[in-house]
Amino acid sequence: MQHIISLLMENESGALSRVAGLFSARGYNIESLTVAPTEDETLSRMTIVTSGSNEIIEQINKQLDKLIDVVKLIDITANGDHIERELMLIKVQADSSEKREEVKRQADIFKGRILDVTDTTYIIELTGEGSKLDGFIKAMDKKDILETVRSGATGITRGETCLKL
Amino acid sequence: MELSGDDIFTQFLKDEGVEYIFGYPGGAVLHIYDALFRQDAVKHILVRHEQGATHAADGYARSTGKPGVVLVTSGPGATNAVTGIATAYLDSIPLVVITGQVTSAFIGSDAFQEVDSVGITRPCVKHNFLVKDVKDLAITLKKAFYVATTGRPGPVVVDIPKDITDPHIKIPYEYPESLELRSYKPVVEVQAPQIETAVDALLSAKRPMIYSGGGSVLSNASNELRTFTRQLGYPITQTLMGLGAYPDPDPLNVGMLGMHGTYEANMAMHDCDVLFAVGARFDDRVTGDLEQFCPNAKVIHIDIDPASISKNVHVDIPIIGDVKQVLVELSNAIIASKREPDAKALKNWWKQIKEWSSKDCLRYDRNSALIKPQFVVEKLYEVTGGDAFITSDVGQHQMFAAQFYKFDEPRRWINSGGLGTMGFGLPAAIGTQLGNPDATVACVTGEASIQMCIQELATAFQYSTPIKVINLNNRYMGMVRQWQEFFYESRYSQSYVEALPDFVKLAEAYGHVGIRIEKPEDVEGALKEAFAMKDRLVFMDFITDQKENVYPMIAAGKGHHEMHERELA
Ligand SMILES: Cc1ncc(C[n+]2csc(CCOP(=O)(O)OP(=O)(O)O)c2C)c(N)n1
Ligand SMILES: [Mg+2]
Repeated sequence: MQHIISLLMENESGALSRVAGLFSARGYNIESLTVAPTEDETLSRMTIVTSGSNEIIEQINKQLDKLIDVVKLIDITANGDHIERELMLIKVQADSSEKREEVKRQADIFKGRILDVTDTTYIIELTGEGSKLDGFIKAMDKKDILETVRSGATGITRGETCLKL
Repeated sequence: MELSGDDIFTQFLKDEGVEYIFGYPGGAVLHIYDALFRQDAVKHILVRHEQGATHAADGYARSTGKPGVVLVTSGPGATNAVTGIATAYLDSIPLVVITGQVTSAFIGSDAFQEVDSVGITRPCVKHNFLVKDVKDLAITLKKAFYVATTGRPGPVVVDIPKDITDPHIKIPYEYPESLELRSYKPVVEVQAPQIETAVDALLSAKRPMIYSGGGSVLSNASNELRTFTRQLGYPITQTLMGLGAYPDPDPLNVGMLGMHGTYEANMAMHDCDVLFAVGARFDDRVTGDLEQFCPNAKVIHIDIDPASISKNVHVDIPIIGDVKQVLVELSNAIIASKREPDAKALKNWWKQIKEWSSKDCLRYDRNSALIKPQFVVEKLYEVTGGDAFITSDVGQHQMFAAQFYKFDEPRRWINSGGLGTMGFGLPAAIGTQLGNPDATVACVTGEASIQMCIQELATAFQYSTPIKVINLNNRYMGMVRQWQEFFYESRYSQSYVEALPDFVKLAEAYGHVGIRIEKPEDVEGALKEAFAMKDRLVFMDFITDQKENVYPMIAAGKGHHEMHERELA
C-alpha cells in the first residue's frame, strides 16, 4: 500500500543523500520525494511517498528514524485522517478553437487555472491528490500533452496531531 | 586555551581518554601528524596498510569495550579503510575513523587524492561528518565518539579537510564535556507491560529456547545473561558473534547455532515453542530458510535497535532496550511473579535435547595420520587453559575455532561475523594485544586469509605484540573448496592456492619466530613451546588435512532440521 511519510531533519548538506541512499541500498520503493526549508531554519521537512507491504513500511519508518539527521518522523497515512496535495503544471497543445474550448472546459471541471496562453499552447496549474492529477492527464488527449511537471505529494495530518519539535 | 586545529585534534583525543590511534600518514593529515609528534599522551600505532588500521582498532574495541580510533589520509587512505569500516559496521563495533580531506577550497575539483569519503562511507557507517570550520572540530569529534559508542554502537567517520588543521589559525579550545543531539536519543525506557507479557510467555513455555547474540557482548550483559538463564534452567544457544557471553562448557549451553552450529542447538531452535532472542539479529546464516525458522515458536526479542525487531522474522513480543537493563528487569519480574517454569515440560524438553546431543555432532577422526584442524584448536584450548583472546579470519578455520575453543568469558572471541572479512585476524590480534598487554592472544587463521593482511607482521614486530599465529594450512581456500565439493560436484575452481610462501621463512624475515608442524604428535609440544615464548610473535604453520570439512552444515536456504552430518567409518 502507498504511504506518505513526513520527516523533519537537520538542515545539513548530506541529509538528503542519506535518505535517498537508504532507499536504494535497501531496495525500497520511492515514488516521490520532496524537501523544503521550514519556518525553523535549522530544520527541513521532507515528504516521501513510498509503497510496500505493512512489514516493509514498518521497516522504512524504523530505518528512517534511525538516521542520525532525522529529528522526527510521522507516517501520515498510518496516522489516519490527513490532507494530501500535489501540484502539477501541464502544457498542452491548444492550436484550434475546438481544442482550446475542450481544454478550458476540462480545466474548469478539475478546478485548474490557466497560467499561460500562446497561439498554440496552454499551461494549466492543478493541485489535488495524486489521483486527481492522474485523472486530468487521462482526460487530455495523449498526443496533445506537451509537458507535465509534478511536485510530488506533500501532506499534513488533520486536527491536533502535528509533526513539530 | 587557544589552539590550532591540529593541536585541538590531539588535545581532544587526550581529553577523551584515547590511548591508541591506529593510522598511516599522508598529505592531508600531515598537520595532524606534526601535532602527534609534539605530544605523547596518545600513542600512534603505525600500521602497514589502512585496512590493518581499521581492523586493529576494531580488535582493540571488541576486546576492551572502548572505541577504536583510526587516522588515515584522504583518497587512497580513506578507500583502503573502507573494508575495515564495513566490517565494524556489520558487527556494530564502535570506531571513530578520521579521514583527512583535501583543502576545503579544492573539494569537488578532483584534486590530488580527493575522494568523496563521506559519500563512499555513507552506507557502511552509523554516521559521518565533514568538518567545515575549525570552530566545529572539537564538538564534531565529541559527537563522533558519542554516536559511535551509544545505542547500537557502530563506526563513525569524521572527514577533516587539511585547512581545518592549519597550525597557524588558533581559536579558543575547551573540551566539550557533554553533548545533546536532538535527533539522536539512544537511551530508551523499557516498557513495563512488555516485561510482563514476556515473563508470562517465558513461564508458560513447554519447550523454551534462549538465543543470544552479539548484543549481549556489546551491552556487557554477560552476568545478567548467566543469572537469567540459570534462574530459568532453560537451554541457551549463542550466535557466532555472541560466544562467551554465556560460558562454555556449561550444562545449559547447547552450543552455537546456525549454518555450522550444533545439531542439538539447531534442532532445539526448530522445535521450540518460545524463542527468547536477546541481542541477536536473525542473520540468514543463523536462521536458514525463513519459512522453516522456528515454525511453532512465539518469539520474544530484546534489542536496542528498533529496526532490528521484525526485520527478518516476525516478533510477537518486542522489547526495545539495552540488553543488560532488560535482563535485570526480566529477572526481577520473574521473581516477583512467584511463578516457576513448567518443571515437567522442561524435564521432557531436556530429555529430548540430551538425545540430540548424544549424536556428538562435532565428532571427527581422531586417529588420522594427518593433522586435523579441530585437533589443533582443541590442543590450543588446553595449552592456553581456555584463557586466551582468540581472533580469527574467515573460512573453515574460523568455524573450527568457534566450535572447538570453549569461550567462558565475553570479548574473548574476536571475528568478523557479519561481513566475513578475510584479513581481519592478524591486525585484530595486534589491537587486542595492545588493549590487553598481559593477556595471551592467538590468531587462528588460514593460509589464504593470513595473506590478505600479512604486512601487519611488521607492525606486530615494531610494537612487540607477542601474538601466536595458528595457521591452519590446508593449501586450500577450504571453505570455498567445501562448497564446491558439496554443491559444484567437486570442481575446485580457483580454490587451490598454488605457490604458497614458506611461512616459516616469511615470519623470520619479519623478525619473528616461525615453526612448521606436520605431524599430529608434534602439535601439543609445538604449542607449548610457542606459548612459552612470552615476548615473541610465533607463527605456527600447521600442515593440516587438505580435505577436512566443517560439520554439521545447513546448506544456505535450508531449515534448521536439515543438517548435513559427518559420516565416520
Ligand atoms: C576478503 C574476502 N574475499 C573472499 C572471501 C570469500 N571466502 C570465504 S572463506 C574463503 C577461503 C578462506 O581460505 P583460508 O583462509 O585458507 O581458510 P580455510 O577455509 O581454508 O580454513 C574465501 C575466499 C571472503 N570471505 N573475504
Ligand atoms: Mg586454507
